[in-house]
Amino acid sequence: MNYRTLWRKSVNAVMFSLTGLATVLTVSVLFFILGYLVWYGGRAINWDFFTKLPKPVGETGGGMANAIVGSVKLLLLATLTGVPIGFMGGVYLAEFGGKTFSFLLRYTTDLLNGVPSIVMGIFAYTMVVLPMKHFSTLAGGLALGVMMIPIAVRSTEEFLRTVPVTLREGALALGACKWKAITTVVIPAAIRGILTGIILDLARVAGETAPLLFTAFNNRFWSPGWNQPTASLPVMIFTYAIAPYEDWHRQAWAAGLVLLGLVLLTNITARVVLARKLSSAAG
Amino acid sequence: MASTAVAVGGAPRPGRVRAFLLRLRSGDEIAHLITLIFASAIFLVTVLLVFELYRNSALAREKFGWQFFYSRTWDPVFEQFGALPFIFGTVVTSAVGLLMAVPLGVGAAIFLAEMAPARVSDALTFVIELLAAVPSVIYGLLAIFTLVPLLRTTVQPFLKRTLGFLPLFQGPAYGVGLLAAGLILAIMIVPFIVSISREVLLAVPVEQREAALALGATRWESTWKVVVPYARAGILGSIFLAMARALGETMAVTMVIGNDPKISSSLFAPGYSIAAVIANEFTEATGDLYVHALIELGLVLFILTIVLNGLARLLILATHRKGTAHP
Repeated sequence: MNYRTLWRKSVNAVMFSLTGLATVLTVSVLFFILGYLVWYGGRAINWDFFTKLPKPVGETGGGMANAIVGSVKLLLLATLTGVPIGFMGGVYLAEFGGKTFSFLLRYTTDLLNGVPSIVMGIFAYTMVVLPMKHFSTLAGGLALGVMMIPIAVRSTEEFLRTVPVTLREGALALGACKWKAITTVVIPAAIRGILTGIILDLARVAGETAPLLFTAFNNRFWSPGWNQPTASLPVMIFTYAIAPYEDWHRQAWAAGLVLLGLVLLTNITARVVLARKLSSAAG
Repeated sequence: MASTAVAVGGAPRPGRVRAFLLRLRSGDEIAHLITLIFASAIFLVTVLLVFELYRNSALAREKFGWQFFYSRTWDPVFEQFGALPFIFGTVVTSAVGLLMAVPLGVGAAIFLAEMAPARVSDALTFVIELLAAVPSVIYGLLAIFTLVPLLRTTVQPFLKRTLGFLPLFQGPAYGVGLLAAGLILAIMIVPFIVSISREVLLAVPVEQREAALALGATRWESTWKVVVPYARAGILGSIFLAMARALGETMAVTMVIGNDPKISSSLFAPGYSIAAVIANEFTEATGDLYVHALIELGLVLFILTIVLNGLARLLILATHRKGTAHP
């Protein structure tokens, strides 16, 4: 082996080791995050966290029951506003859409997906908070709802497209008109995939903080109804993490663990279900 | 469809009208219309978003004009608003983030697409995509309690000793600052670069690799001189996408950037970004002009990210087209 070949071979080895190192570094970040949150959050979490209201500033103890309920309410509102638009838009793209309009719609959806979350917050602020003149659960839910639209559209469209044409043709051949074929055959065939996509979508907005800062704002007490500011887990993590109190930091870790646990669990389950679904559709 | 509806009134073409009525009775046209309305709602939301940002920043736009972008005073008390410190902070932190994330992300993507066996590659990509799902406030939380102390006690003193002659690494080591924000951004955007770059690399036809290898290239040479150039546009697209993320990233940056609207040459110094100032000051903003100035910042951020995203999508689309054009 001459010198030149040796050089080329060593470059080959060195460069691929470096890329391997880059991969290891990137992957290890997740384990680092998980490790830290389980370590600090696990020590901080207790029953009070789930059942008690926050204590007044300066007292230790208390929990984030109101923030957990607040997050659930916000996500419920977001689902009610964002999913119908996204789902129907996706049905349009997969079943009815023409060429140019569909391309434009897909492009707009992608752009909407890339809008920074803080800008979505401003949008909900100008649409709801300004006319109502106060922060509310409604405004926060709307901000999250708009953020849910793009992924709901894309996952609905994608899964409707995985339904075999023969299934549609079968329904049409039996005399069903198009909308009947879609609602009774195509959508039921794709519904598991679509729902999984929407759950992933939900997991994504569940961790959003920026759009809630000046829409749902925050609240140290229960927030009855939909018309008042409400606490939510992500905003609580933010407020508690930057506060100067030791006990608040402890609770921020606990909240972080709960939020991350929920988000990752949903993601892993949904992705496994999707992978199995896709491989069974292919095979 | 609309023209046929008009034709019902005039009724000159009975055949088409009957066909239309038949479809209407069976409900297809109605279903089409309903889904079309919802689909149009997506356009409406997007247009409304732009309109609201534009309308609600009118006061600031009229008062400051272009000066808004190069004035460096941000003084809510005297109602003087200049965005330069925030633009500076956003650009610098994103640049630092990209500088670290691009080699790391592209490197990992190359490994996953070219070297790793398919199953290992899929498993690792799964983990990396989970990273993209971690909420940004969690990154912020971790950064405050791990990254910032580490920077303050170890990394920054070390950089000062070794590279302290550069203006970039001077001044007191606070921990929080532009460097911390850039680092956390790097960690947050790597998953985007990896997952999209890997996809475009995998879309490169296998013949390209085989041809290079047959000519006697080593694996690395075939990757670096043939596959990567082939996927160049798509990789660039993934970088643009990551850049758009970095520019708009709010929570993690807000928590570690130091929140001080100053322009300084050192990366150790605290700074402020566009997204961070909106997050911090929006609820405290008193007076319409203040709010409008903040919304104008939001408009700037929106336009920046839209342009970057638009470009990125086109680039990625172009590579995929090219990749599939040679089966």
